[in-house]
Amino acid sequence: MIAAVPMAHGLILAGCLFAIGLIGVLVRRDIIFVLASIEIMLNASGLAFVVAGSRWGQPDGQIMFIFILTMAATEVSVGLALALQLHGRLRTLDIDAASKMRG
Amino acid sequence: MLQLLWLVPALPFAGFVLLALSGRRLPDRWVPFIGVGSVGLSLLAAVLVATSFLAAPPPGYAYSQTLWTWMSVGSFTPGITLYLDALSLVMVVVVTFVGFFIHLYSAEFMAGGEGYGRFFAYMNLFVGSMLTLVLASNLLLLYLGWEGVGLCSYLLIGFWYQDSYNGYAARKAFVVTRVGDAALAIGLFLIFNSLGTLEIQDLMRRAAQQWAPGSALALSAAALLLVGALGKSAQLPLQTWLPDAMAGPTPVSALIHAATMVTAGVYLIARTNVLFALAPAVQLAVAVIGAVTLLLAGFSALTQWDIKRVLAYSTISQIGYMFLALGVGAWTAAIFHFMTHAFFKSLLFLAAGVVIMSLDEEHDMFKMGGLRRSLPLAFWTFLVGAASLSALPLVTAGGYSKESILYQAWAGQAGSPWLWAVGIAGAFLTGMYSFRMVFLTFFGEMKQQPSKKPSIDIGIPLVVLAALSIAGGYIDLPRTLGNLPILSSFLQNTLPPTVIAQPAIDTELVLGVIAGVVPLIGIYFAYLLFFQRRPAYADGPTRVARGGPLYRLWFAGWGFDWLYDRLIVRPFVWAARADKDDVIDSVYDGITRLNVVFNNLLSGTESGRVRWYAAGIALGAVVVIAIGVFA
Amino acid sequence: MILPWIVAILFIGGVLAWVAGRLGPQWPRWVSMIVLLIHLALLVAIWAQYFGQLTLSSRGPWLIEFNQPWIPQVGISFYLAMDGLSLLLLLLTNLLGIMGVLTSWNAIKERVGFFHFHLLWILSGVVGVFLALDLFLFYFFWEMMLVPLYFLIALWGHENRIYAAIKFFIFTQASGLLMLLGIIGLYFIHGQSTGVYTFNYNQLLGTPLPASTALWLMLGFFVAFAVKIPVVPLHPWLPDAHTEAPTAGSVDLAGLLLKVGAYGMIRFLVPLFPQAAFSFAPVAMVLGIAGILYGAALAFAQTDLKRLIAYTSISHMGFVLLGIFAWNELALQGAVIIMLAHGLSTGALFILVGDIQERIHTRELGRMGGMWSTMPGMGTAGMFFALASLGLPGLANFVGEFLVLLGVYQVNVAAAAVATIGFVLATVYALWMMQRVFFGPNREGWKLPDVNAREATIYAVLMFFVLVLGIYPQPVLTTAKHGLDNVQRYVARELDGAPPFDSSAARLRSDNDHANPPSSDHRSRP
Repeated sequence: MIAAVPMAHGLILAGCLFAIGLIGVLVRRDIIFVLASIEIMLNASGLAFVVAGSRWGQPDGQIMFIFILTMAATEVSVGLALALQLHGRLRTLDIDAASKMRG
Repeated sequence: MLQLLWLVPALPFAGFVLLALSGRRLPDRWVPFIGVGSVGLSLLAAVLVATSFLAAPPPGYAYSQTLWTWMSVGSFTPGITLYLDALSLVMVVVVTFVGFFIHLYSAEFMAGGEGYGRFFAYMNLFVGSMLTLVLASNLLLLYLGWEGVGLCSYLLIGFWYQDSYNGYAARKAFVVTRVGDAALAIGLFLIFNSLGTLEIQDLMRRAAQQWAPGSALALSAAALLLVGALGKSAQLPLQTWLPDAMAGPTPVSALIHAATMVTAGVYLIARTNVLFALAPAVQLAVAVIGAVTLLLAGFSALTQWDIKRVLAYSTISQIGYMFLALGVGAWTAAIFHFMTHAFFKSLLFLAAGVVIMSLDEEHDMFKMGGLRRSLPLAFWTFLVGAASLSALPLVTAGGYSKESILYQAWAGQAGSPWLWAVGIAGAFLTGMYSFRMVFLTFFGEMKQQPSKKPSIDIGIPLVVLAALSIAGGYIDLPRTLGNLPILSSFLQNTLPPTVIAQPAIDTELVLGVIAGVVPLIGIYFAYLLFFQRRPAYADGPTRVARGGPLYRLWFAGWGFDWLYDRLIVRPFVWAARADKDDVIDSVYDGITRLNVVFNNLLSGTESGRVRWYAAGIALGAVVVIAIGVFA
Repeated sequence: MILPWIVAILFIGGVLAWVAGRLGPQWPRWVSMIVLLIHLALLVAIWAQYFGQLTLSSRGPWLIEFNQPWIPQVGISFYLAMDGLSLLLLLLTNLLGIMGVLTSWNAIKERVGFFHFHLLWILSGVVGVFLALDLFLFYFFWEMMLVPLYFLIALWGHENRIYAAIKFFIFTQASGLLMLLGIIGLYFIHGQSTGVYTFNYNQLLGTPLPASTALWLMLGFFVAFAVKIPVVPLHPWLPDAHTEAPTAGSVDLAGLLLKVGAYGMIRFLVPLFPQAAFSFAPVAMVLGIAGILYGAALAFAQTDLKRLIAYTSISHMGFVLLGIFAWNELALQGAVIIMLAHGLSTGALFILVGDIQERIHTRELGRMGGMWSTMPGMGTAGMFFALASLGLPGLANFVGEFLVLLGVYQVNVAAAAVATIGFVLATVYALWMMQRVFFGPNREGWKLPDVNAREATIYAVLMFFVLVLGIYPQPVLTTAKHGLDNVQRYVARELDGAPPFDSSAARLRSDNDHANPPSSDHRSRP
C-alpha cells in the first residue's frame, strides 16, 4: 500500500491553488483569464473535498467533487456566454469596461 | 306667571335663530319686527314674571325652573335650570328694558347699512346669552351665558368686518376676556372638586359649612372667580380691551360695553358673595382693584379725543366703583349703581351715537362743538346723562347710587377712609371729563353742520332713558334723604345687608355733602378749561400739557397695551412664527438625512468593478473564518 | 351575525363602487351613498334596539358579540363585539363617511370608482378596528385601513402628495410594528403562564406581567396609538398628510384615524396594562398638555389654511390624551365627547377648506380675506365651526373639554390649570383664522358663489350634531358610559389591592414561577 499523503499536504496544495485562482480573479482584466482563475479556485475546493473524503474514508468528498465539476461546467458556459456578450456589445474583453452595469 | 320665565331668554334666542336662518333672504323692512319684537316680547315676559314675583313671592323668595338636564356624568349633573330671585330679577328687568330700547334705537340707527339682519341676529343672541347668564342656576350655565355674551361682543365689535382694525379690536376683546374666562373655568373645577356641585345656592351653603374663612380653598376659589370677573368687567389688569371695543357700532357699545355685559363681573361677585365673604383678602383685593381702576381710567378719560373712548374709560371707571362697593361689602349699592349706570351710560352712548351719525361718523370731539342748537334732543339727553354720570346730587340717579357707594366705602365693614378718598378723587375726575365732553361737543363754535336729524325711533329711547337717569335714583333714597331704600330692601332678600361699623347719621350727612360737592368742583374745572378755554388754566389743575409725557401716558391708558404687547403678544407671535415649520419635524428630517448619508456611503462601494466585489467576498470569508477559528 | 355584516357591507360596497365606476362617474357616488345609508340604517337600528338596555344593571359587557375561530391552531379568532363606546364611534365613522362621499361629489373627477373603493375600504378598516376584540384581528384591520388611505393621498392628493403619503405610511407602519411586537409579546407571555395561546381580548385581560415587561409592551402599544392620535413628538406626519390629502381623505384622517388611536388606548392599552399605564400616566399627561399648547401655537403660525386646521387637531387630541390618562369617569366621558366633537367640527372645517380651495384654487391665507362679503353662508359655517373649535359653551367641543379638565383637576390640579391655557390659545388661532379668511378687506376682489345645496346640507347636518352634542349630550353620554363602565370596572378590579408594583409583581410570580424564573429578576419573594 502506498504510503498515504498527509492530509496537510493536500490541503496546503488546495490552499495554494485557491490563492493563485483568487489572485488571478482580482488582478486579471481579461474576462477569459478571470474565468480560468475561477476554474482554478473551483478545482482547489474540489481537491480539498477529495482530500477530506480520503482522510475520513467517506465517498462524500468525491460526490461533492462531481457536483463541483458539474457546476464548473455550467459556470463556464454562462461565463463564456457573458464573454461573448461583452465582446459583442463593448468590443472588448476587459471586465472593467462593464462597470456601468452597477445598480 | 312665573312659569313664563323660560320665555325670557328663549324669545331672543328664537329671534336669533329666525334671523340667522333667513339670512339675506329676509327683506330689511322685516328685520326689525323680528329683531326688536323678540326682545320686546322678552321684556313683556320679564315684566309679567316680575309682577307675579312681586305680587306673590315664591317660597324662599326664589323660583327655579329646570328645563332639562344638560349632562349627567357621575355626580356632575348640571341642569339647564333658571333661577329667579331678587338679584336676578333686577338684572333681568334692567337687561330686557335697556336692551329693548337700544334695539328700538338700532332699528333706525343701523337701517340701510349692509348686514342689517346680521346685526339684529347678533344683538338678539346677545340678549339671550345675557339673560341666560343672569338667570343661570348653576355656574356652568352661567359660564355658557358668560362665553355667549363674550362671543356676541366679539361679533359685534367686528361687525364692520372689512376694516381690519375692527377685527383686531374684536379679537383683542375676546382673547383678553378669555384669559379671565380660563381662570373662571379653573375656579369652576376647583369648586366642583371640593364642594361637589356647581349649583350656586348649594355651593354657597356648602362653602359656608366646609370652608374656614380665609382658608386656602376659599381664597383660591374667590381669586379665580375674581380674575374671571376682571376680564369681563374690564378691570385692572385686564381692562385694555374695552377702549378698543368702541370700534363696534354705537348701539353695541351702549348695550354690551356699557349697560350689560361689562357688568357681568359685578353680577358674578354679587351672586357668589358668600365665597368672597369667606375670603376677606380677596374681597379687599376687589375693593383695591376697583379703587385703582376707577382712578386710572378717570385720568385716561380726561385725555381722549374720541367721544366713545371717553365713554369707554368712564365705563371702566364706573365699574371700578361697583367693584369698590362689592369689595367693602356694599352689595346692594353695587347693584344699585349697576342699574343707574345702565340707564345713564347707555343714554350717553345713544346720544353720542346721534351726534356721530349726524356728523357722518365723526368721533373727534375737537372737531365737534356748538351742536347745542342744531341737535337739541341729543344735547339735553346727553346733558342729563353727563349729569347723572358726574353724580350731581339730589337730582340725578347716578348721584344717589354713587353717594351710597362712597358712604359705605368709608363706613362699611371693610371700608376705610383711603378707599373713600380714592372714590372722591374719582368723582372729581368724573365730573371733569363728563363735562369736558359736554362743553367740547355742544358748546363753543360750530365746526361742522349736522347732516341728519334723528327720527322718533331714536328719540323715544333717549327720552325714556333720560327720564330714568333722573328718576332711577328715587328708588333707593338714603337715610339722610327720606330714607326709602326700596331697592336695597328688595335686594336684601337675596344679598346680605351691608354692615355699617358705626352708623351715625351726621357722618352720613357730611359724607353725602362732600360727595355732592366734589363733582361740582370737577364740573367747574371743566368749565374753566374747556368752556372758557382760559390759557392760564390750560395746564391747570392736572399740570398736564397736551402732548406732554404724562398726557401721552394717560392717553395710551397707562401703557398697559404697550406692556402686554412687549411681554406677551410679541414673544408669542415671534416664537410661533419662528417655529412655523415645526422644529420637531426637522428631527425626523434629520433621521431621513442620516439615512441618505449612509445610503450614499454604502452605494459608493458598489463600483461595478467585479474584482472589488471578489476581493470583498474573499476578505469577508477570511474574516469570518478567522473569527470562527480564533474566537 | 350582524357584526360581520357591518364590516362586510362597506367592504363589498367598495368593490361594487369600483366596478360601478365602469358605467360612469355618477354610479360609484350613488353606490357608495346607498351603501353608507344602509350601513347607517343598520347602526341606528342597533342603537334604537339596545338603547334601553344600556343602563340596565344586568347588562353584559357587550351588546352584541360574534366569535368564529379563524386560525384556531394559533388561537386566532374572528371575534367582533360591540359596546356603547364602539357603537358611538361607528356612528361617527358612518356619518363622516357620508360627508366624505358628499364632499367628493364634484371634487373628484378622475378614477371615481377607484376613489370610492378606497374610501369605503378605509371606512371598513376603521369599522373593523372599532369592533375587533381579537388582537390579531385588530392588528389586521389596523394595517388594512392604512393602505387605501395611502393610495387616497398618493393618487388624489395635492402638489406634494407622494412625500406626504410616504411619510404618513412610514410613521404609521413603523409604529404599528411596535404594537405587533407588543401583541406578540403579550401572546407568548400569556401562553406560557396559562398554557392557553390566544389573541382573545377577554382572555388576555389580566395577564400577569412583571412590571418592566408590562411597561415595554405597553410602550409598544402606546407608540402605535400615539402616532395616530397624534401625540406631540410623533405628530409630524399629520400636517403633511392632512394638507396633501383630498378633502374626503382629510375628513377621514381627522375624524376617524385619529380616533382609532384614542379608542385603542381606552380599549386596549389601559385595560391590558393597567399598572404600567398608571405609572406612565404622568408622562402621557405632560405629552397631552404639550400637544394642546404646541399644536395651538403652531396652528396660529401657519399660512396654509389646511395646515392650520391640521395643527388644531393636534391641540384637540391633546385633551383626549389628557382625559384618557386621567382615567376617571368625567375625564373619560369628556375624552369620548371630544373624539366625536372633533370629528364633526374639524371634519367640517376640512370640508370648508376643500370648498374654498375648489373655488379659489389655493389654500394660502395670504390670498384670502374679506370673503364674508361674497360668501356669507360659507362664512357663517366657518364661524360656527371655528367657535366649536375654540370651545364655545353650547357646542360639542366645550362639553368634552370641560369634562376632561374637570376630571383631570381631580387627578392633578396643575395639569388642569396649564391645559386651560389651551382655551385662550384656541381662541387666538380660531379668531385669527376667521380674520384671515372671511374678515378684513377683500383684497383680491373675490367674487365667488356662496354655498350650494349640497354644501349647505353637509354643513347643516354637521352643525346640527355639534349643537345637539353641545346642549343635550345625554344620550351620547349614556351610550358611552356602557362601554366606559366596563373598562373602568375592569381596571379598578385589577388595581385593587395591588397598587404599587413590587407587591403585585410578587403576587404574580408566586402563581407563575415557571414562566419567570427567580434568577431572571431580583425582586424578593414575600
